[in-house]
Amino acid sequence: MKQRNWASICRRTNRLALHGVLLMGAWVVVLPYLWMITTSLKPLKLTFSPPYLLPVWFQWENYRAAWEAAPFARYYLNSAIMAAAIAIGQVLGGAMAAYAFDRLNFRFKEPLFLLFLGTLMIPFHLQVIPSYLIIQRLGWLNTYAGLIIPRLISAFGVFLMRQFFRTIPRELDEAAMIDGCGRLCILFRILLPVARPAVTALGLFAFLFGWNDFLWPLIVTTDPNMQTIQVGLATFYGKYGTQWVYLMAGTVTSTLPVLGLFILAQRWIIEGVTMGSLKE
Amino acid sequence: MTERRTMARNREETVTALICLLPALLVFGLFNIYPALYAAWLSLVKWDGLSTVQIFVGFTNYRTLLADPEFWNSARVTLLYTIGVTVLGLAAGLTVALVLNQRLFGRTLYRAIYFTPVITASVAAGVVWSLLFDPISGMVNLTLKVIGLQGPDWLGDPKWALPAVTLVGIWKRLGFNMVIYLAGLQAIPREYDDAAKVDGASSWQRFRHITWPLLMPTTVLLAIMSVIDAFQAFDHIFVMTFGGPMGATDVLPLYLYRQGFRLFHLGYASAVGWVIFLLVFITTLLQWRFSRFGGWQRA
Repeated sequence: MKQRNWASICRRTNRLALHGVLLMGAWVVVLPYLWMITTSLKPLKLTFSPPYLLPVWFQWENYRAAWEAAPFARYYLNSAIMAAAIAIGQVLGGAMAAYAFDRLNFRFKEPLFLLFLGTLMIPFHLQVIPSYLIIQRLGWLNTYAGLIIPRLISAFGVFLMRQFFRTIPRELDEAAMIDGCGRLCILFRILLPVARPAVTALGLFAFLFGWNDFLWPLIVTTDPNMQTIQVGLATFYGKYGTQWVYLMAGTVTSTLPVLGLFILAQRWIIEGVTMGSLKE
Repeated sequence: MTERRTMARNREETVTALICLLPALLVFGLFNIYPALYAAWLSLVKWDGLSTVQIFVGFTNYRTLLADPEFWNSARVTLLYTIGVTVLGLAAGLTVALVLNQRLFGRTLYRAIYFTPVITASVAAGVVWSLLFDPISGMVNLTLKVIGLQGPDWLGDPKWALPAVTLVGIWKRLGFNMVIYLAGLQAIPREYDDAAKVDGASSWQRFRHITWPLLMPTTVLLAIMSVIDAFQAFDHIFVMTFGGPMGATDVLPLYLYRQGFRLFHLGYASAVGWVIFLLVFITTLLQWRFSRFGGWQRA
């Protein structure tokens, strides 16, 4: 009896220690978020006064001031358009290419697929200067086309979709074909709905990627009306780096949509990460 | 008759394939493959992007590069940053994954919290951490003061700037490593652990001789992904230090950006691009080699 008590105490302290470690780590992880929210809500004259970790003031006014100091609304719109377009493009384009690679037979299929996969190895930094020159020649600097089109398809997306299509039995296609469904009909009405986990994951990743992207928008946009939220925030930091209160209001604004999306779709994002990295 | 029909069918199949591949082919051709070839050409010329002539200079850009102490500094900084983020990021990710792999209250919440930085933009992270690293009113030094330490001027001191940006890199990478490690841990059958427990193995022995070897494929995969990612680190360093102070955080991508888009040495910058490519390429080859022998098909 006594021994069992001892074991249970042991287990309990052990568990407490684990929580201690986890909480300490979580603290470091959460600190920047807490801090940006608290600072963004401080009255301006208290910027550098003893830092409170939890907001005691709620100076919502700061947000309006920050939004007036820079065209944040416009940045928002541009980022939203870019991220949404990239998400839709990567899902549709990826699914179409994946369908061809998994379900159709044609010449040069294997080498073509290898070529696609090979592009995964090309770091973006190698392409950035030529891509800029191409966009410049096309007259797409400071346009949505310039922001979006180069990112419309990803090799990762093609690969992910193909991996998923492979797990869908071909009998499904054949049954649909007998019912008079053509090839594109099979892709859009049979395969895509069945592949919903992959579609959701890819769409979310592509959206996050588009929203968080920095180097490419930084290079192809100079007009503040065409800049995205990340470029806008970096510029804002360069200009108002010492006005922490407004700066943090801007940072919170830029991060909020992504955090919201994460809270809503946490499960699919985390599952998608595992799916994307470990499938085969 | 049937032959003609199959031929028609084949043609129809090829046409459908072409339609399906067209968007991907256009985008890849124009913005992936062509740029890579174009970069190869650019690295052989001297050009400021404005004048109409591109002067062919052969391998001069590469020769200049190899003789340029700034380039070697960048290569060294990139390597140190990569090692830091990979080794410490993997260790931290594994530690958290091991703890979270137990039945524990609030597991999902912890997992979500640790993962949040992964989806946070590096620019935003860079801005906030810059303020946290402020020598006087930053949270980092204020915390150190509580335990009686005088913190350095993190981003202003050549000795401390690289550790600071590396820390942010780890902060951002940890959650990803944790999630993949968790998946790896969950694929290990519990019976192994239980059997060892019956044999009286301590928890360290069980980790050392069962968990760690079985996790090897995951570790290799994560290490390689992390290395490739770290070679291309740019956003948060751009925001936090812009390569300074005195080149202490001047990673290769930032060096390329400055050469290409601030100084308009397009040829020279393209040569730097090929160096980054080479680094990524070698790492990918290593991955292929490891994956053939390690084999993580089980996942």
